[in-house]
Amino acid sequence: MATGTTNPFSAATIPAVGVQIEGLSKSFGNLEVLRDVSFNVEPGEIFVLMGPSGSGKSVLLKHIVGLELPSAGRVLVDGLDASSEDTREQVRMAMVFQAGALFNSLSVYDNLALYLREHRVANEAGIRDKVMRALQILSLDNAAQKFPSELSGGMRKRVAISRALVMEPQLMLYDEPTSELDPVMGATIAEIIATLKEEYHVTSIVVSHDRDLTLAIGERVGILMGGKLLFLGTAAELRSPKDPKIADFLSPKIDLKNPRFKQLET
Amino acid sequence: MNPFTRTLEGIGSTVLLLVKALSHLPSMPRQFGRFVDQCYLIGYTTLPIVAILSFFIGSVLALQAGYAAESLGPKQFIGLLVGLTMARELGPVMVAVLLAGRVGSAIAAELASMKVYQEIDALVTMNIPPERILVLPRLLAVLVMMPVLTIIADLVGWFGGAIVAKYTDFIAIEPASYFATMRQYMDFGDVLNGLIKAECFGFVVVLVCCNIGLNTRGGPREIGASVTKAVVTSLISILVLDYFVTKALS
Ligand SMILES: Nc1ncnc2c1ncn2[C@@H]1O[C@H](COP(=O)(O)OP(=O)(O)O)[C@@H](O)[C@H]1O
Ligand SMILES: [Mg+2]
Repeated sequence: MATGTTNPFSAATIPAVGVQIEGLSKSFGNLEVLRDVSFNVEPGEIFVLMGPSGSGKSVLLKHIVGLELPSAGRVLVDGLDASSEDTREQVRMAMVFQAGALFNSLSVYDNLALYLREHRVANEAGIRDKVMRALQILSLDNAAQKFPSELSGGMRKRVAISRALVMEPQLMLYDEPTSELDPVMGATIAEIIATLKEEYHVTSIVVSHDRDLTLAIGERVGILMGGKLLFLGTAAELRSPKDPKIADFLSPKIDLKNPRFKQLET
Repeated sequence: MNPFTRTLEGIGSTVLLLVKALSHLPSMPRQFGRFVDQCYLIGYTTLPIVAILSFFIGSVLALQAGYAAESLGPKQFIGLLVGLTMARELGPVMVAVLLAGRVGSAIAAELASMKVYQEIDALVTMNIPPERILVLPRLLAVLVMMPVLTIIADLVGWFGGAIVAKYTDFIAIEPASYFATMRQYMDFGDVLNGLIKAECFGFVVVLVCCNIGLNTRGGPREIGASVTKAVVTSLISILVLDYFVTKALS
């Protein structure tokens, strides 16, 4: 198995990194959001995290990039504590935020260029190449000079993804990358995630409700419900889940004779 | 949390922010563009209102001194009174108050909105410390702009006082004698004293507003709350600091 290979946009060699989540619990005041969650993501793996909204998926991702501190347990990225600032110096991580988190005062071009400029990755001409390339991949070439406020929801999502791509990360975190996209663009994103893995050995953690995407590219899948990890297994195992709660989550039956909102009333 | 511990926590986090921002000083040469932008923004937004207000404050000072002189005798001291009060006290305080209202509120609003919309989180994951690109250039810019604004406030205030002193019937002293008493009894030390105060006020206002903006939690409603809090905290800081700096400098 290759442990190092070239990254998407330059010839530098980057080693793949793994993530370990050990007994992670998180509370906000009295609200317990994560309860004793443990799993590993292997270097170069595509791990899909599913679960109903409000189950703590976004909070879990924020722990991996060190934006939230665990109430108990710990998160390791490449063996380093994710809550330490040094980890961000050592490991190049990129996160596609659920709401995009684009810099509203910067144009799309400058949104992508900021990282490259601040870290002096290349000169202005080199930055231009990288940025335009990343924009092209997501069919955003015409939006380079637009500002985030002028974009549709799906375009913002794509800008967020291309902004993460130009960072040439070793570890990519996607928070619902396809939720606002049309099916073709959704397939493009799935292809990008798979290509980054195959050719460049990028580790990806994808939060998604998209069953097709999960079965097409996911290697292992975790399902969070009520802050607990209810399922952890391969994508193949997900096709025939044993737990009825998980089966219902993955393929809910639309029952017009006995609708769910009426079951709540009794 | 009671108000006392909240105040202590606020001071603590502000000092921490300062330390973090200063640790990025070596990056400043590369950030010259941002520094110039901030200088321009601070000067551009505050200069007109500083000029207008200091003109009227100087005029009012001269007028009030004129009333006092009517019953007390020597009118020559009017120039000295306006000169000293503007340079040592009202110039720096007024510039700082206007800075808090125009620049501080804008800083708090901008940073609070970046926090609420997760732009700050995005910077952190990109390993670009917000203190480096958002706080440090503003701190250095205010250090450069405060003396400029304060000197302009002093000059315009003195000039306003001189005009009132000449054209008010019961005062009627010539600008030449107005400025002569100023020259005779004031020195550059008085102006410098005010400039040092202004530097302290401006620096603290920007630092406090950055800190409150960056510590915003919640949604869009909290952006407004942060702006209010930033301006109120700035004003309190200016007045409290005024006492201590005046004492330290005397
Ligand atoms: N900063 C926060 N403060 C308080 N509660 C939070 C915070 N962030 C998330 N939560 C709560 O944690 C729960 C999980 O949120 P989240 O991880 O965003 O869910 P999702 O699985 O849909 O991404 C929700 O109930 C949310 O209200
Ligand atoms: Mg979420």
